[in-house]
Amino acid sequence: MTALLEIDDLRTYIRLKQGMVHAVDGVTLRVDEGETLGIVGESGCGKTMTALSIMNLLPNGGHIAGGSIKLGGRDIVGLAPEDMRRIRGNEIGMIFQDPLSSLNPTMTVGRQISEAVLLHRDVSKTEAMDRAVEVLDLVGLPRSRERVNEYPHQFSGGMRQRVMIAMALACEPKLLIADEPTTALDVTIQKQILELIDNLRQRLGMAVIMVTHDLGVIAGRADRVAVMYAGKVVETTETSNLFENPRHPYTEALFQALPEKSAETRERLYSIPGAPPDLVSPPKGCRFAPRCRYATDKCREESPVLAGETTAHTYACYFPVGAREQNVDGRLQVIEPVKVDETDSLEMHVTGDVVLSAQNLVKDFPVTKGVLQRRIGVVSAVAGVSFDIRKGETLGLVGESGCGKTTIGRMLVGLEKPTAGMISFAGKDLAKSSGRQYRRERRDIQYMFQDSYSSLDPRMRAGSILREPLVVQRMGTRSEQYAKVREMLGKVGLPESWTERYPHEFSGGQRQRLGFARALMLDPQLIVADEPVSALDVSIQAQVLNMMRDLQRELGLTYLFISHDLSVVRYLSNHIGVMYLGKLVEIGTADEVYLRPAHPYTKGLIESAPTADPVAERAKVHEGITGELPSALHPPSGCRFRTRCPIAQEICATVEPELKPYGAAKHFAACHFALQPPFEAMADAPTGSARTTTGQVT
Amino acid sequence: MADTLASNSAADLGLEPSTKPRGMLVRGWEVFAENKLALGSLAFIIFILLFCFVGPVFYKTNQVNTNLIEYMCHPSGAHLLGCDDLGYDELGRLMIGGQTSLEVGLAAALVSVLFGTLYGAISGFVGGWLDALMMRIVDAGLSIPGIMVIIILSVIFHPSPLIMVFIIAVFYWFGVARLIRGETLSLRTREYVQAVKVIGGLPMRSVVRHVVPNAIGTIIVQGTFAVADSILLLSGLGFLGLGVQPPSTDWGSMLASALTYIQGGNYWWLIYPPGILIILVCIAFNFIGDALRDAFETRLQRR
Repeated sequence: MTALLEIDDLRTYIRLKQGMVHAVDGVTLRVDEGETLGIVGESGCGKTMTALSIMNLLPNGGHIAGGSIKLGGRDIVGLAPEDMRRIRGNEIGMIFQDPLSSLNPTMTVGRQISEAVLLHRDVSKTEAMDRAVEVLDLVGLPRSRERVNEYPHQFSGGMRQRVMIAMALACEPKLLIADEPTTALDVTIQKQILELIDNLRQRLGMAVIMVTHDLGVIAGRADRVAVMYAGKVVETTETSNLFENPRHPYTEALFQALPEKSAETRERLYSIPGAPPDLVSPPKGCRFAPRCRYATDKCREESPVLAGETTAHTYACYFPVGAREQNVDGRLQVIEPVKVDETDSLEMHVTGDVVLSAQNLVKDFPVTKGVLQRRIGVVSAVAGVSFDIRKGETLGLVGESGCGKTTIGRMLVGLEKPTAGMISFAGKDLAKSSGRQYRRERRDIQYMFQDSYSSLDPRMRAGSILREPLVVQRMGTRSEQYAKVREMLGKVGLPESWTERYPHEFSGGQRQRLGFARALMLDPQLIVADEPVSALDVSIQAQVLNMMRDLQRELGLTYLFISHDLSVVRYLSNHIGVMYLGKLVEIGTADEVYLRPAHPYTKGLIESAPTADPVAERAKVHEGITGELPSALHPPSGCRFRTRCPIAQEICATVEPELKPYGAAKHFAACHFALQPPFEAMADAPTGSARTTTGQVT
Repeated sequence: MADTLASNSAADLGLEPSTKPRGMLVRGWEVFAENKLALGSLAFIIFILLFCFVGPVFYKTNQVNTNLIEYMCHPSGAHLLGCDDLGYDELGRLMIGGQTSLEVGLAAALVSVLFGTLYGAISGFVGGWLDALMMRIVDAGLSIPGIMVIIILSVIFHPSPLIMVFIIAVFYWFGVARLIRGETLSLRTREYVQAVKVIGGLPMRSVVRHVVPNAIGTIIVQGTFAVADSILLLSGLGFLGLGVQPPSTDWGSMLASALTYIQGGNYWWLIYPPGILIILVCIAFNFIGDALRDAFETRLQRR
């Protein structure tokens, strides 16, 4: 294999008001022809800056301070702008994270694609348009000849990303850089897009650089992986090797922080303490040392170089994992990691009392038109959902975006009024109370928002933000309120002295802790957590999940945990409810639903979610779920999932399936052709053997 | 339990101990002071305020009785900027004219911005038919040519400075209301505004505690524009002879009366001083507004 791209000691700095950010600090990489290189790392590690350096598309103040980038043997650093333009989009194509903001809304997709062709090829406008149709066909856009004249808003998120890929491929680049290509997409669509990129790479023989934070995305697709931390590559090797035998402590810690690793044992997640270093003045020595379990004084003083036993597996660490010996005073000593409390598995504190019960919840959003607000239709966001939450348990709600899970959460906390149905909390109907009583009852159910940045008033200090619920509820005197604020800050693991800080002075994980502290201020019984960790990096996510679990036990909280990420939901939940297009299609204990899904949608969802295991990931032959979520304005008749279901039959279009028990007890699914044997069939068998039977069926 | 929580504690997160916080005003001032243009503008406005309000104490002139002997006299030791066509000392006249211009400008801006902000915030936050009704009123107001009505009103009411404030404010708040309403529409969907509902708070709390403080940037900029615009509007009226009536005056009226003699000879001391003052004061307020907006932006403040 010949090297297509060789990056040698690349240094990219960005000049900011606070100083010079060493965003990329000595990165050496190699991409061979036709291979996929994965670059993984947490946000701010310099992975995107590396990609942008290759394209020379750095933000204002950014410049390449040193090193070389050789494309096919030619150094492209410092190339004249017009020469660089010839390379960009021609020899190197790039796909960005957000397909919506990357497309021009005022131009048809065909014109946008042909624009790239016209720039780089000596062709006529019609020929360029023909090429646009050709590449749209290539990326699997149905009816490409007609759709080429449509505007970006007429495409769904997944289709827009296909258009972006088509645009990047229009000139047959030798290298495709995909910067978090699927982060904004649902898992089912993500799987389709990743498969498409892989497929195109093989057919067109191009190389791909896949930049992502998701180890699962890398696992099944990349040939080699480079792990980045704080502007440096800390480990690089073949994918299977990295997952089997990680040598750098950071890589090891990343794996251990994944919720899916502890899903079955429900052990505490390993969370990397602290936060990544400030790249304006990076620490001396190894940059990971302050957060490393194995770090010694040597690590803090000297910076290790990227090396290894073989050139195929290099890592920048003095004490690589797997060889924990150290020469101290002439004697070999085995270095043990600082022990983390791992025996602390999740106990079930479920007392059995139903604390919240939702019955036949319905939420329709009217679609109106014109000045007179004429109703032209109804978006059926939630269509008849019932569930119970027991005291002390966690109910996880999963589903793709638009399935109504957030709407349910918002109805529980009073942000939306149900169109029909009833929510009863501790035996009382929530809709019936008003005025002072309503305000009193609000205390018991609190909400934790997804985006901690937009849910905290940027003009209020942390202390005022936390005090506000108490002020509104007129609880306690001023000094009592401040005492409680400090207490809660301590509980969520923030310094009590931080009451004077503004939200922007907190990091992402710290802000999420602050948001959680606010939800706790009124001593609620139930907390609705809407995607509380989806914006966080793996290591920070583990910190927040651990905190939520610790406080659940300490304070006897009940959670409704809403997430699109099955592995996170499974890790934290006792029960899981799966939603599809406003319907609850399956609900049961976490392991039942995850290990023995009865609904084809649940099964597809589990298969679509990428796992950080190359063997399992490559062995997946299933297509996942094809197609896209239908519009909730005109939901399909009968079973709403039938349009994407691999086993749908006529009855699915006419009769709407009801939730029926399957497999072991407490496992319900709404499907005519459920993948598990019905509960009645084994009604007389003892529970233990019933579980074994279901196990064999899957 | 203690162990598990300890591993999640603050020290574990690598947080540095925080220093004693400084007040919001100090931090805001630091951001403001970084903008040298604004700092200069602020100094200039303070100088002009002193000039207009304290100046007459030291530079005593007769601004009540006309003195035709001094008709159009050139700048000299007795009259540093000469005299105008009625024999008033020009420098002294700039001082008392400036008093009117600044008083009316600031007061009209304050009234229109306060009212417009409240009106716009309520309209945007409540939404629905109330919003539609309130905004149609604004549309109607904006579609009437303001200067014409102001002229009619100032003919009906003998314009004293106080009346001028209200006449200008009545026509200025429409624009403010519409801008703040737009801002509110986007702010009310923010999660921190919704969070008030979750903790059981009333809508008024959302408006006063969250929507308005977060629209402060727009409000401040509108406010400083309003000061400049009001001074210009008053000058315009004065220019048409409809402003405050003699013997009071304002910079606009002074400029207007000077323009009669623009052809006649080189009476530069009647034209340039009021004209340049109007321009400089308006520019200075705009610069200050810019820097004030930054100063209120907590994200730009340093510890």
